[in-house]
Amino acid sequence: MSDPNLIKTDKLSVEFNIGGSIFNKKTLKAVDGISIDIPKGSFFGVVGESGSGKTTLGRALLNAVPISSGHATYDDGEVQYDLAEINGPELKDYRKRAQLIFQDPYAALSPRMTVRDIIAEPLEVMGLTKTREETDARVREIAEKCRLNLEHLRRFPHAFSGGQRQRISIARALVSGPQFIVADESVAALDVSIQADILNLLKSIQEEMGLTFMFISHDLSVVAHTCDHVAVMYLGRIVESAPTRQLFENARHPYTKALFSAIPSLDPDDRGKAQKLEGEIPSPTNQPSGCKFHTRCPFVTDICKREEPPLETCEEGHAVSCHRWKELQLNDVA
Amino acid sequence: MSLIDVENLTLEFDTDEGRITAVDDVSFSLAPGEVMGLVGESGSGKSVTAKSLMKLNARNGHYSPDTKITLHLDDGPVDVMSLTKPKDMSVIRGGAVSMIFQEPMASFAPAMTVGSQMVEQLLIHSDMNKRQAKELSVEMLDRVGISDASQRFNQYAFEMSGGMRQRAMIAMALSTKPKLLIADEPTTALDVTIQAQVIDLMKDLVDEFKMGIIFITHDLGVVAQTADKVAVMYLGRMIEQGPVRDVIRNPQHPYTQGLLDALPKLDDLGAPLKPVPGDIPSPLERPSGCVFHTRCSQIMGDVCKRDTPAWANTSEGHRAACHLRHKGASA
Repeated sequence: MSDPNLIKTDKLSVEFNIGGSIFNKKTLKAVDGISIDIPKGSFFGVVGESGSGKTTLGRALLNAVPISSGHATYDDGEVQYDLAEINGPELKDYRKRAQLIFQDPYAALSPRMTVRDIIAEPLEVMGLTKTREETDARVREIAEKCRLNLEHLRRFPHAFSGGQRQRISIARALVSGPQFIVADESVAALDVSIQADILNLLKSIQEEMGLTFMFISHDLSVVAHTCDHVAVMYLGRIVESAPTRQLFENARHPYTKALFSAIPSLDPDDRGKAQKLEGEIPSPTNQPSGCKFHTRCPFVTDICKREEPPLETCEEGHAVSCHRWKELQLNDVA
Repeated sequence: MSLIDVENLTLEFDTDEGRITAVDDVSFSLAPGEVMGLVGESGSGKSVTAKSLMKLNARNGHYSPDTKITLHLDDGPVDVMSLTKPKDMSVIRGGAVSMIFQEPMASFAPAMTVGSQMVEQLLIHSDMNKRQAKELSVEMLDRVGISDASQRFNQYAFEMSGGMRQRAMIAMALSTKPKLLIADEPTTALDVTIQAQVIDLMKDLVDEFKMGIIFITHDLGVVAQTADKVAVMYLGRMIEQGPVRDVIRNPQHPYTQGLLDALPKLDDLGAPLKPVPGDIPSPLERPSGCVFHTRCSQIMGDVCKRDTPAWANTSEGHRAACHLRHKGASA
């Protein structure tokens, strides 16, 4: 039997050089020793504030930023790649199999290309189709899947609304027939009424084509409705990871809990009851010792400032990185 | 006595593709100390409406002749539309009316310290001297929760984090003690945990300064947490207005109902997401009749396509511009 996981990482780290001298290099650890397994056909959510490293993690898995240490592997049953070593023809092949959907559909589409050309570009660049007829047929097939009007293929992006543009971006990502898609804040720039439509589209495409998604978002309520499994990131580390329902019903990490309670309630009589988090996410160049969250945690003790908590399994599929997860009964507090 | 009355605000822009209607016959009023949430999708005209109150719209904009905006100040009413000279307009631009913008990085000048920008506007809008202006600015920075305010005063915007910049923006907007504060998506660019802090701060400041606030947002959750009343806009028209509890618990316009249904709910994770069908029409192809009829799930037929719906009062202070809410309408 082949491995049920499409993507596996082991202590994956990404560091960026930010100056200093050759003897005293200064680095910024954007992703810090992350081990995750993304099963085939799943919708894997990554949540965190800006600066938590969630985008860098996604890019590292697409080989868009170099991996500094640790391992990441891709295995779709047909091919196996070590993402830290991959290059040459293998990397070219991987580009067909792993794609990215960007956040801002206004910036991601070239204003000088027609919708048809935008969607066809990956096919032409990767040499996936031989003739123009073949390309057109493939573009039409994908456009229909993404519910784009075929008459629109001749138009330019400026004629479209945000939702339509995002459907064009999705079509472009799907056209090479990838197995793995990283959707980086793909609905954050959209209006609520359109956001639900795009989420439903992503979901149905994923089910229909059996794709694996890594869905990066800062919005827990969006993640809750789309993902099977959620990993919460803070300053480059995973602080909690669990099946979605489990995470929402029984969050163990104070940060996860705080993220939940920060979502503005739709009930006007429910004002100000939420437990608010003080302060801001520290700068990644000047990270706190011990548990990275200790500067903002309401339950901080001495050990939190000294030692880094391990990622421990508390239930099947549910892992948490907190010194005090056993004693804290977070659901009673909030 | 209201603080500001807006009557029949209509604003059109000349563009290369033709004249587009950005705001169409919008009327509302706001009392001192009241917070109004102005809700709508991008392109609904909510920012343009707010900018009209300060006459900040671009030069290709044309207000219709029956547009009337009256600001009621202690020294008597100000007819905003009649102001033309920059000197006269200082009262609505930073004097009695202040604005907080969405993207705090883009609204601070990058080559001036935050402090000198705060002092500059105080020198324009008050009789303070430089020293007094600095004292007040540092005090305001401290008041909005910025630690080491006197050091932060000398920093540039890029040295601050997103949340801190937005706090500084708020401090700057409030330092002239405006009667009306326009907040254009002030928390949209911030992380949720920081958003929660900024919302709390704004609530405290309303209690303390008792100014009227127009809070523009597309997030109904933020509205529920901050506003006293809500106005919903779609394609330049105001389609529902009312007290926040009524509008959120008992929305009367199909568009407001659709917006609320489209939100992912945390108490029912299994529920499917229900988008408002269709796409927002381009402002160049504004639908006839009710502007929402192309996407409405409860469309009644020709009347919606032909006639612009009038306001229908559904309960005390709550009204919707929808043919469904008029007597004799059959759903």
